[in-house]
Amino acid sequence: MSKGQKLLNWIDDRFPLSSMLKEHVTEYYAPKNFNFWYFFGSLAMLVLVIQIVTGIFLTMNYKPDGTLNGAGIPVAFASVEYIMRDVAGGWIIRYMHSTGASMFFVVVYLHMFRGLIYGSYKQPRELVWVFGCLIFLCLMAEAFMGYLLPWGQMSFWGAQVIVNLFGSIPVIGPDLSVWIRGDFVVSDATLNRFFALHVIAVPLVLLALVVAHLIALHEVGSNNPDGVEIKKLKDEKGIPLDGIPFHPYYTVKDIFGVAVFLIVFSAIVFFLPEMGGYFLEHPNFDQADPLKTPPHIAPVWYFTPFYAILRAIPSFLGTQVWGVIGMGAAVVVIAFLPWLDRSPIKSIRYRGPKFKFMLVLFIIAFIGLGMLGAMPPTAGRTLISQILSFIYFAFFLGMPFYTKNDVGSVPVPTRVTETNGKCQLQFLVLVAVTIIAAYLFGTNV
Amino acid sequence: MKSKIRHLIAAMALVLPVSGTVLANEGPALEKAPIDIQDTESLQRGAQLFSNYCLSCHSASAMRYNRLEDIGLSEEQIKANLLPDGAKIGDQMNVSMDKKDAKVWLGAAPPDLSLIARSRGADYLYAYLRGFYRDPTRPTGWNNLVFDKVGMPHVLWEMQGEQVLKTEKNAAGHEEHKLELVKAGSLTKLENGKANTVEFDKRMADLTNYLVFIGEPAQVKRHQIGYVVLMFLGLLLLPLTYFLKKEYWKDVH
Repeated sequence: MSKGQKLLNWIDDRFPLSSMLKEHVTEYYAPKNFNFWYFFGSLAMLVLVIQIVTGIFLTMNYKPDGTLNGAGIPVAFASVEYIMRDVAGGWIIRYMHSTGASMFFVVVYLHMFRGLIYGSYKQPRELVWVFGCLIFLCLMAEAFMGYLLPWGQMSFWGAQVIVNLFGSIPVIGPDLSVWIRGDFVVSDATLNRFFALHVIAVPLVLLALVVAHLIALHEVGSNNPDGVEIKKLKDEKGIPLDGIPFHPYYTVKDIFGVAVFLIVFSAIVFFLPEMGGYFLEHPNFDQADPLKTPPHIAPVWYFTPFYAILRAIPSFLGTQVWGVIGMGAAVVVIAFLPWLDRSPIKSIRYRGPKFKFMLVLFIIAFIGLGMLGAMPPTAGRTLISQILSFIYFAFFLGMPFYTKNDVGSVPVPTRVTETNGKCQLQFLVLVAVTIIAAYLFGTNV
Repeated sequence: MKSKIRHLIAAMALVLPVSGTVLANEGPALEKAPIDIQDTESLQRGAQLFSNYCLSCHSASAMRYNRLEDIGLSEEQIKANLLPDGAKIGDQMNVSMDKKDAKVWLGAAPPDLSLIARSRGADYLYAYLRGFYRDPTRPTGWNNLVFDKVGMPHVLWEMQGEQVLKTEKNAAGHEEHKLELVKAGSLTKLENGKANTVEFDKRMADLTNYLVFIGEPAQVKRHQIGYVVLMFLGLLLLPLTYFLKKEYWKDVH
């Protein structure tokens, strides 16, 4: 027995190292037909690590202090610029963190969309989906509180607007918003508690939920683009016929995905860190000024679909709480997908026309709301937002009805299918169209 | 797969009309500032202008004097030409004027200019610096085309001379505001009633360039490192991981 093997045995007698590695990596069988959409889970993990590591280095130099320094600049705001200028390598760490925040949402939205089109939330993966939705919720809280920390104009007024939302809740609202802020306006007290929540409380919950998400996934096994349960057909050794071990197959494949992602990520960090004002908003380079309300307060792009729903719902019965309820419901309803969808078919490949039609409408609604939420409201835009909000909810709440007897022309196969050249060509077209759409989005909104 | 493409096309169909309406809502496009962040001579001229004309009222407190080594100035040059009396080379560009006094004198405290280029954009600054005109209704006697009722007087009027606001109706019936030079300064000329502002515009481009530089002093380095990182990722890591994956997946059918 070699020395390495001896050491491993020593550990295994005391800690289930080998069996854990087997269960989750080397003998975790994943379907062999994962496509492009299956990169985003591991990429989300990568971004999480980037955020934690860069975040640790940022906290070493950032000061959560809203008071003014000798030059009349808030200490927190000045400390960000200190990181950008005087800390060795500080600008690269800060840009990685700010780009990472936006890329986290890019990756997570695509990851959720994958689940949506291939029915990954359906039985037996309901809990995987619910844990995922909780992660999404945590992520939104994390991003919201992190955005206050640079203490710029948008940090301040964005936080002011969102915390005021809680004030619209009947009876307890006004006290609740004061309790959240720790003051009557967003102030140094708010900055300090948001810092504490951003760097320790929410990340801890987030990490625990990621572990739960993965444990639940490995318990039931991964879904795939065909929506076929690979565990139904096994060989004599009990290995799924369409399964391959996660390591080495998907580790090497995901490393390739990481390389592609890092190219995109680095291109942004080094050449477009502001992303035209979408990743770092221009007014946020002005220090927070409680006496100067900016003419247009827009949330960062990843919140805009939900913000548009908030603004679309009018106030009635003398309260604005309906918009807040609508926005909250828009996030929460996603978690109920497993029980709203009545179709026995998982993958969009074998679903009928009704689901596909509704999905088209949903994508239009989501992107449209995202764009409208970034713009100042007008009567026309509010009307479009209302229509799109209706579609957004109709997609979810109408699901029990339109998915019931919605079957496609091709039956669900018993084994996973192979990707052919035609599919790959279509995929390239898809990527091209996505890039064009992204360009239009980035240059015209 | 086909249906996914259809979804995206449908989504794009929505993107186009919405984006059109947004463009229509923006004001007249600003002229693009002719700046080059790698042009250290322009940046040095901008630094000189900034120190002589801006820094007496506006601070740039995130900037340290020795950071000007990044635009090709030596420590001796900075000390001899740009450093105020009693300041050290590592000091920040602060002003001695009290903020409260400034508010009384000018109506608003002059903002810190460290990040002004990042919050307003270079094109705006270039338009602002050239946009002052005579307006007797203002306490300072000056107003600005892109910043109406500005509190700041026209500090560079000796260079630019005097402009007045001309309002004309264009072909579509909309009012168009234009500035006209009526009195030449040291850097502008009036030849047979025609204004020649090339020299002044150039200096304002230098100043704008410098403001962009102090907004993010590391930006040139950021680009340089960016090329190296992208080359490593694109030419080395990407093919390496691609062929690694291909090799491992040879036996998956």
